[in-house]
Amino acid sequence: MKKTGPGRITFRAIKNLFKKPATTSYAGKGKPCVEKKYRGRICYDKTDCINCGLCMRDCPTGALKIINEGTKEDKKLKAVLNVGHCIFCCQCVDSCMKKCLTYSQDIDFATTNKADLTVEL
Amino acid sequence: MSENISNNNKIVLPIGPQHPSLDEPGRFDITLEGEKVVNAVVGVGYNHRGLEKVCESKNYIQDLYIIERVCGICSHSHSTAFCMAVEELAGVTVPQRAEYIRVVVAELERLHSHLLWLGVACHEIGFDTMFMYTWRDREKVLDVLATVGGNRVNYGINTIGGVRRDFNETINSEILKTVDSLEEDIKRYLEIAMTETTLISRLKSKGKLSHEDALKYGAVGPVARAAGIAIDIRVTEPYGAYKEIPVNVITDTNEDVYGRTAVRILEMQESINIIRYCINNMPEGTLTVKVPRRIPAGEVIVRVEAPRGEDIHYLRSNGTDIPDRVRVRAPTEANWHGMKHMLKGGNLADVPITIAAIDPCYSCTDRAIVISSEKNTEVMDWRGLRRYGIDWYKKQNIDLTSLKIKEV
Repeated sequence: MKKTGPGRITFRAIKNLFKKPATTSYAGKGKPCVEKKYRGRICYDKTDCINCGLCMRDCPTGALKIINEGTKEDKKLKAVLNVGHCIFCCQCVDSCMKKCLTYSQDIDFATTNKADLTVEL
Repeated sequence: MSENISNNNKIVLPIGPQHPSLDEPGRFDITLEGEKVVNAVVGVGYNHRGLEKVCESKNYIQDLYIIERVCGICSHSHSTAFCMAVEELAGVTVPQRAEYIRVVVAELERLHSHLLWLGVACHEIGFDTMFMYTWRDREKVLDVLATVGGNRVNYGINTIGGVRRDFNETINSEILKTVDSLEEDIKRYLEIAMTETTLISRLKSKGKLSHEDALKYGAVGPVARAAGIAIDIRVTEPYGAYKEIPVNVITDTNEDVYGRTAVRILEMQESINIIRYCINNMPEGTLTVKVPRRIPAGEVIVRVEAPRGEDIHYLRSNGTDIPDRVRVRAPTEANWHGMKHMLKGGNLADVPITIAAIDPCYSCTDRAIVISSEKNTEVMDWRGLRRYGIDWYKKQNIDLTSLKIKEV
C-alpha cells in the first residue's frame, strides 16, 4: 500500500468515473462465473456405474440416491440429487471407483418450489 | 435497571445475547462502579449445535465434512486435526507432498483469519478505514484459496490419508504473487500499529492478562504469546511438514490488546515466509495413501496450531467405521477462562475490543452445558415442556392452547 496524498486521491476519483462497474449483471442475463475448480452440481454418467453404493455411503448429508429401476441383470440406473441437502463437498466424486460422477460449475439452483430442488442427474 | 443497582452504587449491565458489537450471541454481565468494570460474568452456550454427537452416528469420511464446519474461519485446522487423528489410529504415513500442501493452506488460512481479526478489531475501536483496507486484502487471500480448493471457506482440501487437490505451476505462481503484494500491505499495517499514536493509546494497557494469569487460566494462541509465553504447537510439538520448516515463535511483552495486535501482524509476516519456503521446497510425489474404512480400536489426542491458538481433537475408535467419541476443544474455549480477568479493571468502552481481542468464536466453543443449582430440578420430556410453556404463558395472560403444534 503506497502512501496516499490529495493528488493521488483526486487522480483516482477522476479515473474511477470512466471505469466499468465492478459488478456483473446477473438477474436474467447470463450465468455467474465461478472458479474452474469450484464444486458445483454433480453430473452422473450411468454407462460404467456398477451400483456399488459407495457414493451414497460417503455422502455426509444423504443428498444423493442411485436408484436401480430394473433388475440385477438388466440395470436401469438413475441418480437423484437433492440440491437442498447437498453441501457440494463432492466426496461422492472422490469415492466413485468407476469415475461415473464428476462435478460441474453449475451453481444456479434458486427456485420458489421446494420440490424442484430434487433433480434427476 | 433500578433492581440492578445495589447498595454500594454498583450497576450490573447485561450485554447480549444479541448485541451490535459482536457477530455471535454471548451474554456478559458487567458489574460497573461508575465507568470501571469491577466484575464480569461470561455466559456462553447459545450456539450449541451438537456436532460431536452427530459425528458419533456417521462414518469417518462423513465426519470429515462435519468437522470442517466446526468453524468457518479455521475450517482447515479442524479438518487437519481430525485427519491426523484418524491417520494416527490407522497407522498410515501421509505423503510428504500432501503434508506440504496442508501447511500452505493452513498458513493461507492464518493470513485470512488474522486479516479478518485486524479488520474487526479496528472496526471495534472506530478505525473503519483500516477495517476496509484489511478486508480488501483478505479478499486476495480468499481468491487464492478459491483457486486452490474451489471454495472461499471450507476448502475441502483434506481427506483421510492426504489431500484432495494438487498444486501446479499456475497455482504456485499465483500464491507467490499474492503473498508478495500482501507483504507490502502488512509492512504498512505494522508501521501503522507501531507509530500511530491514536491506535496505540486506544489499545495499550486494555484487556490486560499478565504472564502469570495467562499461564494460570490456560490462555492459548496470540493471547498467550502476547503475554510473553512462547507457546506455538508448530514449534513446541511440530506436526506434519512443520518438522522440516523453520518457524519463529512471535511473542510480545505488552500483555494487552496492543500486544495481541502486534503478535498477529508479525505472525502474518511469518506465515508469508512459511508459504514461500513450502512452495520453493515442495517435494514431488503422490497426494494420498489408502486408509482402511474400519479404523483399529484405540484413542488419540492431536494438537494443531489454529490461527486462534491450540486446537485439540480427541478421537476414540472401537474398531468399526464409525467413531466412538469425538471431542473438539476449539482454541476460544481455552481463552474464555481469562476473559473475566481481562475485563476487570477496564472501562465499559473497552469491553467490546477486549472481548474481540481474543478473536472469539462462539459456536466452535459451545458444547452441551449442565446447570446445577440448589433448587429442585426436574427432567421433562417434550410434552411436559410444552405443557409447562403453555401454563407459564397463561400466568402472563397469554393463551396459547389453541395453537396447533405438531406432536413429536
